[in-house]
Amino acid sequence: MADKVLMKGNEAIAEAAIIAGCRHYFGYPITPQTEIAAYMAKQMPKIGGTFLQAESEIAAINMVYGVSSAGKRVMTSSSSPGISLKGEGISYLAGADLPALIVNAQRGGPGLGGIQPSQSDYFQATRGGGHGDYHLIVLTPASVQEMAELTIKGFELADKYRMPAMILADGTIGQMMEPVSFDFEVAPQIEKPWATTGTKMERKHNIVNSLYLDPATLEVKNIERYERYKIVEENETMYEEYMADDADIVLAAFGIAARVAKSAVNEARKQGIKAGLIRPITVWPFPKAPFKKAVEHCKAIISVELSMGQMIEDVKLASEMKVPVTLTSRVGGMIPTPNQILEDIKKAAEGGR
Amino acid sequence: MVVFEKPKALTDVPFHYCPGCTHGIVHRLVAEVIDELGIEGKTIGIAPVGCSVMAYDYFTCDMIEAAHGRAPAVATGVKRADPENHIVFTYQGDGDLASIGMAETVHAAARNENITIIFINNAIYGMTGGQMAPTSLPGQVTQTSPYGRNTDLCGWPIKVCELLSELDGPEYLERVTVNSVAHVRQAKRAIKKAFQNQIDNKGFSLIEVLSSCPTNWGMTPEKALKWIDDAMIPYYPLGVYKDRSAQKKEA
Repeated sequence: MADKVLMKGNEAIAEAAIIAGCRHYFGYPITPQTEIAAYMAKQMPKIGGTFLQAESEIAAINMVYGVSSAGKRVMTSSSSPGISLKGEGISYLAGADLPALIVNAQRGGPGLGGIQPSQSDYFQATRGGGHGDYHLIVLTPASVQEMAELTIKGFELADKYRMPAMILADGTIGQMMEPVSFDFEVAPQIEKPWATTGTKMERKHNIVNSLYLDPATLEVKNIERYERYKIVEENETMYEEYMADDADIVLAAFGIAARVAKSAVNEARKQGIKAGLIRPITVWPFPKAPFKKAVEHCKAIISVELSMGQMIEDVKLASEMKVPVTLTSRVGGMIPTPNQILEDIKKAAEGGR
Repeated sequence: MVVFEKPKALTDVPFHYCPGCTHGIVHRLVAEVIDELGIEGKTIGIAPVGCSVMAYDYFTCDMIEAAHGRAPAVATGVKRADPENHIVFTYQGDGDLASIGMAETVHAAARNENITIIFINNAIYGMTGGQMAPTSLPGQVTQTSPYGRNTDLCGWPIKVCELLSELDGPEYLERVTVNSVAHVRQAKRAIKKAFQNQIDNKGFSLIEVLSSCPTNWGMTPEKALKWIDDAMIPYYPLGVYKDRSAQKKEA
């Protein structure tokens, strides 16, 4: 068992990125993710890497586009309003089939919103966020340890499937400190023969591009990309089930909301209510299987979110509404208490009222 | 015997440019410079959004298509991915560089990012059909300034070389044109220097090329070349706006 260090979630992401072989980071200051940039600013010069504070989030994501085009692992991080600005660049990354890791330490919105934790960028993250048909691989850590693990995973998946991956975190997990182990096996980086690294006069030129003026060609490109997405859905969906096997009331929650939900499940069990939790770890691809299984035995599903109800749409689709699906949430930077969730579990157990 | 040949750094794909457009000349000059400096194998070009969007098909070096205005940021990434082995240039028009991409342009210059920018100023948005550009001249008639550019309503043209020359960052800024043989030769010298500066690790070089757009100016190719002399050069004087290494030598 390797040593553990006490670290903030944001710092764990930064350290894990370095372990994953990322030597290029570009960002623009925004709360609550500045620890990532600060960590990179300190560490990158020591290891021959690049930390650059860009003039805007737009510039940062395009610097990411440049490094990724050149075949190297690269990341940027931001928080909700900044991710909106990166939306254009993320669409281009997807359109040019470029891997990259993007971190969103979500805060309350819309607009400037607030700086307290939120999960209200779920739609933006899982539906792409920019223009056009595309997806990101979206990973949702619920602990500092997972911040680190999913960062490594994010780089590996992005490279493997030539698509951007996102760590969809929130202000709480980013800021809180927990013990974390960095004892990881990092797979060797794969070859990127498509990268624009100079022809060295040894091959025909590579072109990184998302423009296809011929509609038939563009259609084929889109369809091919979705074939790849299908493989991602089949192979890379991740989730955790907690006492869900025999549960009458199943909670669905990710990230920080899942930790509160787990406490509520424990309390409900103590009080004799068979509650359980399905925690999606990837929210794209969304884990449909555990919900399909759950509706065979459960009476109701409660989606616990830090939004006005976004993931609940995926829960309804996955469960095919075979049982009632309701929402328990707080927004604007507020977080539900285990008690609030417990009350809703009780209501659902009594058949809803 | 000297045989006039296509530069090796250009592919066989026919240019899509309109008759009388000077993009073709500037593409050729860039390609000649790449050939002469022997850097094709390590060069990565960034195409813009605009008429030269498909420049990625025309150069034999590795090419990247960037989002509108973002080429200097993309170039920053490509250069920093492998500073020793990458020669990076962007090729951008006036809408791309001086309007939507102004922040990326100014900050790449301020950082003295070790890249080469070829900036085509033809005072109009060509690809979208002739709208007013940040560089359209006062009084210039375009699709979106049908009564002539009214500076009371839509402000004044942006002089990119003059603007950037106020920054401490950039190494080399020169404005050239390609509307005569003499001007073409001068333009090539400037472009070559802009690439040589990058090889020598001197930093940010931007060459502004006053260019023609007969189609959207509503002129014959011949008249368009004359309009550069008569209207554009008086507003956008040719010359070197910054040459830090030369200034250092003088000091």
